[in-house]
Amino acid sequence: MPAANPSTQADRRRFLVNAARMAGGCAVAGGLLSWLAHDARALPAQALRPPGALDEADFLAACIRCGLCVRDCPYDTLSLAELGADGPATGTPFFTARDVPCEMCDDIPCVAACPTGALDKGLTNIDDARMGTAVLVDQENCLNFLGLRCDVCYRVCPVIDEAITLELSHNDRSGHHAIFAPTVHADRCTGCGMCEKSCVLPEAAIKVLPVRLARGASAEHYRKGWEELEQNGAPLVDGIIDLPDRLPGPGTDNLATPGGFAPVFTLPESGQ
Amino acid sequence: MSAKTKLPTGQEAIAVKGWIGAHKWLLLRRASQVFFLALFLLGPWFGIWWVSGTLAGSRTFGVLPLTDPLVMAQSLLAGHRPELTALTGAVIVLAVYALIGGRVYCSWVCPINPVTDAAHWLHDRLGLPKGWQPKRHTRLWVLGMVLLVSALTGVIAWEVVNPITMLHRGLVFGMGATWGLVAAIFLFDLLVARRGWCGHLCPVGAFYGLVGAKSLVRVSARQRSACDDCMDCFAVCPENHVISPALRGKQGDTPLILSPDCTNCGRCIDVCSVDVFTFTHRFDDRLSEPGDTATPNVADKAA
Repeated sequence: MPAANPSTQADRRRFLVNAARMAGGCAVAGGLLSWLAHDARALPAQALRPPGALDEADFLAACIRCGLCVRDCPYDTLSLAELGADGPATGTPFFTARDVPCEMCDDIPCVAACPTGALDKGLTNIDDARMGTAVLVDQENCLNFLGLRCDVCYRVCPVIDEAITLELSHNDRSGHHAIFAPTVHADRCTGCGMCEKSCVLPEAAIKVLPVRLARGASAEHYRKGWEELEQNGAPLVDGIIDLPDRLPGPGTDNLATPGGFAPVFTLPESGQ
Repeated sequence: MSAKTKLPTGQEAIAVKGWIGAHKWLLLRRASQVFFLALFLLGPWFGIWWVSGTLAGSRTFGVLPLTDPLVMAQSLLAGHRPELTALTGAVIVLAVYALIGGRVYCSWVCPINPVTDAAHWLHDRLGLPKGWQPKRHTRLWVLGMVLLVSALTGVIAWEVVNPITMLHRGLVFGMGATWGLVAAIFLFDLLVARRGWCGHLCPVGAFYGLVGAKSLVRVSARQRSACDDCMDCFAVCPENHVISPALRGKQGDTPLILSPDCTNCGRCIDVCSVDVFTFTHRFDDRLSEPGDTATPNVADKAA
């Protein structure tokens, strides 16, 4: 059918051109959408996710932004991020500790309300929540660090004496007082934000930060010798060489020649 | 074409059936849109928590979970294994729309529909040109793109920009800058592309179209022999390519509008002065031929 050929060819051509146009348009729009989706992960530091929230990357795959956690929060702690007004991905739940902290309900109603598991049902004890970690960010303004007895962050902490303790040290300024330094223990801090909310300063000296900002991480292969020693009754590695302690002053071994360290050998032409 | 083609859309239907009669389905549809929005607003406005949540996911009377199946599909592709509650909710929604017509969501529930309808109304009043008219299947490409981006980025991608859930969430929880997005859709439909958003681009509509491809509830042009070519149904239909196969079908062609693009909005029924169209189910392909008095509709008129 030679007569049919031109129209078949034209059809094929039109089909290919149309498909290419659609694919091109979708590539542009898809690129833009990917960029927005990726951008959505940039959770601001002061925005905290509800208890049990998955890691931010997993959270954005799981949270359908229905707001049921917000509805079931008895203290109106949570709110949904509004487009352009709040930092987190639009429509996702968050709270700001300095405004309304998490009251750490025993029955964790926000987690119970979540239909998708974006708030992990595996969280059954609210003390295990890790919404963030409190950090005493400003020792220079903290009243306790100035030697006063404010203690408010310590007193309001729902995990008092575990998540925040007061560590005593000598007050060098007055010479005869103690400093009661509020000290956060990250392994017990839930990130509820009570301390930040209650800090009496105009700008809180203790703040709840996302764990990724608040904490470092120890390398996996690091071992603390003193812990290992206590556990095993002996060093993990046999035949450890006991190197001399180096102190300023002459000598190579502090035990042999108390008072310090001097080079074992002199460098040639060093004039020593 | 006939002389009636020149008359303003719907004028004859109003003359024959009265204003209410010629807007029955439109009024019912607006009532439905208000009803579904009001269900969600009862809680935050009046403290009556029959329904909480948003269109993306909700809980009714404390027990019935409903989840937007497209959001769920994206979540699955993004690599999350949802809890049973959300999955159950999505299955229920899928089942209902598979039965009553997927795009019933578009015309009877979606809060963006009044916005684009308003844009179209103004577009008509101002006599503006059609503007950019991408192919109808563009939205299927957009749907594919959205699913692909969800899979690649691991984020429920469409929810980053989805004007439907954003407007609904905005009304129920707080708008933020969402008004700007809604205004953008309005202006796009008004100035850039007539019926551009819902009719050509929205991937949610495309998704629900696929869901309801074999749905039970259908409009039938049963009395197509009575059609006087006034063209009003084509003027009001938001997806007017769906009408021709049914209305202009040859002998033996089904009078049912079977295109998955049909939103079951019922405006064609409203606007037809000779009652060509009627709601029925997909297995009812009866036709009234000229002079046929078997159907109750014609019999009523004869009486």
